[in-house]
Amino acid sequence: MKHLISLLMENEAGALSRVAGLFSARGYNIESLTVAPTEDPTLSRMTIVTSGSEEVIEQIIKQLNKLVDVVKVLDLNDGRFIERELMLVKVKATGVFRDEMQRMCEIFRGRIIDVADNSYIIELTGSGSKLDAFLDAIDKTAILETVRTGASGIGRGERILKL
Amino acid sequence: MELSGAEIITRCLQEEKIKFVFGYPGGAVLDIYDAIFKQDYFKHILVRHEQAAVHAADAYSRSTGLVGVALVTSGPGATNAITGIATAYMDSIPMVVISGQVSTPGIGMDAFQEVDMVGITRPCVKHNFLVKDVNELASTIKKAFYIAASGRPGPVVIDIPKDITQFKAKFSYPKTVAMRSYNPVLKGHSGQIKKAIKLLLEAKRPMIYTGGGVVLGDASALLVKLVKKLGYPVTNTLMGLGGYPATDEQFLGMLGMHGTLEANMAMQQSDVILAVGARFDDRVVGNPAHFLNQPRTIIHIDVDPSSISKRVKVDVPIVGDVKNVLTDMLALLDESDKTPSESALKAWWQLINGWRKEKCLEFDRSSDIIKPQDVIEKLWQVTKGEAFVTSDVGQHQMWAAQYYKFDKPRRWINSGGLGTMGVGLPYAMGVQLAHPEAQVACITGEGSIQMNIQELSTCNQFHLPIKVILLNNRYLGMVRQWQQFFYENRYSESYMDSLPDFVKLAESYGHVGMKIENPADIEGALKEAFALKDRFVFMNFITDQKENVFPMVPNGKGLSELILAERITVEDL
Repeated sequence: MKHLISLLMENEAGALSRVAGLFSARGYNIESLTVAPTEDPTLSRMTIVTSGSEEVIEQIIKQLNKLVDVVKVLDLNDGRFIERELMLVKVKATGVFRDEMQRMCEIFRGRIIDVADNSYIIELTGSGSKLDAFLDAIDKTAILETVRTGASGIGRGERILKL
Repeated sequence: MELSGAEIITRCLQEEKIKFVFGYPGGAVLDIYDAIFKQDYFKHILVRHEQAAVHAADAYSRSTGLVGVALVTSGPGATNAITGIATAYMDSIPMVVISGQVSTPGIGMDAFQEVDMVGITRPCVKHNFLVKDVNELASTIKKAFYIAASGRPGPVVIDIPKDITQFKAKFSYPKTVAMRSYNPVLKGHSGQIKKAIKLLLEAKRPMIYTGGGVVLGDASALLVKLVKKLGYPVTNTLMGLGGYPATDEQFLGMLGMHGTLEANMAMQQSDVILAVGARFDDRVVGNPAHFLNQPRTIIHIDVDPSSISKRVKVDVPIVGDVKNVLTDMLALLDESDKTPSESALKAWWQLINGWRKEKCLEFDRSSDIIKPQDVIEKLWQVTKGEAFVTSDVGQHQMWAAQYYKFDKPRRWINSGGLGTMGVGLPYAMGVQLAHPEAQVACITGEGSIQMNIQELSTCNQFHLPIKVILLNNRYLGMVRQWQQFFYENRYSESYMDSLPDFVKLAESYGHVGMKIENPADIEGALKEAFALKDRFVFMNFITDQKENVFPMVPNGKGLSELILAERITVEDL
């Protein structure tokens, strides 16, 4: 099952490689990983999207906690949470595509952020599956380029990951 | 007053009360060596290869419980240290390794003798640091010692660029360390401990299984109290030997791939297991699916939460320092009015004693070729079971574990997790330096000893009266055994040809050499060697080439599927 794991770690050189190295050394799946400093510049926050049996996820959490630079780890799937990912898609905007892409963009509540003679750039935010759904819905031949940030996650309501 | 980075390093080591630094100089650490020259607080032990420096520091730690320190230069000095670091990491040995690095402007420029030490050691250290500011040097060293020794111990690397050792800073060594990201849990959960005691007291076929954690956590005395109070059988892993006295009647011997019949059968057939500082690894439980066929309840005490339920699902996890948890358990047992069921325990011991009667460690005592088991047994007798024994890796290691009965912790020094050939001699160096008056034996094979044979020179320089017990069968014995059992006798590259004359070799390094070929001479030779109290003696025992290690649980098999002697399985009994 897919899990989103959030963690806070010391914002130090090499910290990211410790997490990435752990996943490759122990053979854990890693679908996406996003990282950036928090409002406290000494801390980085990371969201890791991974998958595995409950036993594997339990081991992943324990192994992450064991890293000396890691301050806190939270399995977002233990409660209710919001998942968001940003995608930029450059699509063909010639002939029938010019109107079609605008319409699809509206349906998925995206935004066209760049208009060129032959293409648009569409910005779309949502869960990973929503972004997948958009790519499935539009004509494959219209896709020129895509770039995705990987998922960020945050617990709903009272669930707060902070020091 | 301001000190140079190099002087700060030696002062920090002094603050940590370090007595020995094992190392090898080179370009990037010249300033550190100059600072060492000018101090007389700790002694530097010059090895002949950096791998040996790390192994010796590791064994110093294993035999004393203190943090071992090794010092190597950048590039090849650092890479030579890797095997030693990985060996210590697998066995959770507290150690600080200081490596030189090229000066900060040179980092990343493919400078002479540059290697990314922090990157290369990341998977085999508890933590590592690259010091980029001389003002952070002392606090980094303090953190390194704290991390190495606390929680589940392990090696920590500090990579120090040459210019940092030359820059100056005010020196003050922090008294304490506080890290928001690192706070090991040391006190066990009282609810879980209560649950564990209840289960233990209700057990019908209980088994206490303990590992290296008891030795590292200095919890042997508490373990003995607990085992004696309950009257239950106890087994040790390879790393746990000495954690419980081997000559005690409640001790069933080592368990696992080359464990005794009684320990493996009792483990398999138990209904409640108390695991203390052990990790159910592949050499211990064999095939985990087979192990779990038997329904039972497992209680697991470990300071590292990630060791719990890793290979085998555990019912009652207790995270904490074994010493604290065992203390709490004993207090609860004292309060409890319940006692174990006498009739159930009697029946359980009867079953166990039945397995014991098979005498699974018996060997041919009438042979006119030296049997390796015979050498170890006589070594145990001659040293009265009091020696520190280091070993290398292979058949001789298993025989040492089976036939030398360790009654005290920190006496059995071997590479259990990584299985590193070549550790024996440098391990003996570290142990002998820590315990100058003690008898130190290095049990080895002709394959292993040649992996760090250059250290005969170090032993001469520092007058280390180690006794090397070479069980020379002219084969990489364990490889040959597996080839015989599982590869239809195709002995691919396992024969050792062109061996040196070990007696002459030892003599050329200024040591005493002995060659022993007759079983009748074993005891006399050992007595003669150990009587030479201030000499290093290299004993070359010419042993039976065909001898195999039994019992054996073949790879992928279950604990009760062990082979007892040549092709006899438990089912045949």
